[in-house]
Amino acid sequence: MKTEAAASPWVHCTADGRGVRVAAGTSVAAALAYCGDGVARHSVSGQPRAPLCGMGICQECRLRVDGQIRLACQTVCEDGMQIQTGMAAS
Amino acid sequence: MSTIQDPNRALLIIGAGPAGLSAALAAANAGWQITVVDDNPVPGGQIWRGGPGAAPSVPAQRLRAALAACPDVRLVCGTRVVAAQGANALLLEDAHRAWIQTFDTLILSTGARELMLPFPGWTLPGVTGAGALQALIKGGLPVRGQRIVLAGSGPLLLAAAASARSAGAHVLCVAEQASATQIAAFAAGLWRWPGKAFQALGLLTAQYRSRTHVIAAQGAGRLESVQLRHGDRVKTLACDRLAVGFGLVPNAEPGRLLGCATAEDVDGKTVLAVDARQATSLPGVFAAGECTGAGGVELAMAEGRIAGLAATGQTVPQQALAERARWAAFARHLAQHFSLSPALKKLAQADTIFCRCEDVAYSDVAACSGWTEAKLATRCGMGACQGRVCGAAAQHLWGWQTPSPRPPLSPARVGTLSRLTESPSLTIAPAIDPPPL
Repeated sequence: MKTEAAASPWVHCTADGRGVRVAAGTSVAAALAYCGDGVARHSVSGQPRAPLCGMGICQECRLRVDGQIRLACQTVCEDGMQIQTGMAAS
Repeated sequence: MSTIQDPNRALLIIGAGPAGLSAALAAANAGWQITVVDDNPVPGGQIWRGGPGAAPSVPAQRLRAALAACPDVRLVCGTRVVAAQGANALLLEDAHRAWIQTFDTLILSTGARELMLPFPGWTLPGVTGAGALQALIKGGLPVRGQRIVLAGSGPLLLAAAASARSAGAHVLCVAEQASATQIAAFAAGLWRWPGKAFQALGLLTAQYRSRTHVIAAQGAGRLESVQLRHGDRVKTLACDRLAVGFGLVPNAEPGRLLGCATAEDVDGKTVLAVDARQATSLPGVFAAGECTGAGGVELAMAEGRIAGLAATGQTVPQQALAERARWAAFARHLAQHFSLSPALKKLAQADTIFCRCEDVAYSDVAACSGWTEAKLATRCGMGACQGRVCGAAAQHLWGWQTPSPRPPLSPARVGTLSRLTESPSLTIAPAIDPPPL
């Protein structure tokens, strides 16, 4: 049952083009707070939204990770990961 | 349904929280091939969630170590249930792959989520659930130096406040909607569970305020302040974060999708109905933990153990049943003393967003006669969360029942859905391991 993060204590990823260094095991939801205002997406009426439930239920933190739609609260940062926030609701 | 191809019978456990992990350990070393699936990146569920900001929990570590020594237990994280494929298989998806996982017996330990009740400003960034704040902090969210208000009901508020404080936040207020009388009656009954009494004492804080509830979150584009009501007085606190939790909602949806019968919990919430062996109404399908009614970690572990034994045909000892009864009584004690004030049903204003996925206003939903009409007329509950948030709020506010969910259980890739087939041959296929990356 290997579940621990990589041996290095830090991982480097980019969020909306900006580099960010976070502790290994940090969730993308948490990383958003290091590199911006914590906003993950905009709602159907254009309101900014950030993680709400923190546990994969509400879908408010959905964004793109390496081009794929993911939930920020259930995704762990990995080296070289490209996070893209602010996707319009679909 | 034993497969001829496989000497071991397969037990599938959905959810790697206290109930699921306890079930796996109880079922281990009995000749079964056990797979535990969880949608979070690491096991532990919400209470034992790991991460850079998490303090390790001793019972969790002990359980994880015991499971690591079980060669018949396989843990698959970051994987969610998308749909059922016949009566003995589920369609699963992780970040890259999708596959059909078959089982002979199934244990649902899908936990609970927080009840979120809409109030003005609750959609502002900076407003989260209370358990959510705890989860985000464990996941590395920086809160050092931030001013935090917690509001809602129940001991989870105190636990979340303690997490925030130990991560360096300034907790300005823990607003508990229950009255001092309710809280005193709760505390007076705790002698029956001494461990819980000590835990409660350890979490108590000078910022704890009874009979106080949130009325609004305010800010331009982000939370800047919170309005709280205590009796006739309204107080505004400037803050960086607001964490709200009005109790828990059992995640009964996966069980309901399969067709498990439901029951009503002590506080009127829909739960999966189980018998004394944690068996649901469906043959070979068991349920344990908070999807059968919220009751805390000890009850979840006791139920998980019983489910693990029963699902693998082992004898359930009397002591396990007694342990469950003891913690079920605690759960009833908790629900009884933290029942929600009717005032909390009046927090939303006409223009308050009710459904966050589709941005539907409270007044538009409130004008409907029930959940189906609200969906058809306003698109409430039709978005990405599929009514997990607003449906639970509608049930609390108006008693609206939501029908059983339809697949997919959560947003999924088209490629995943294409794995679903009506062909009955797939339902008796042996478990397919996820292909290598």
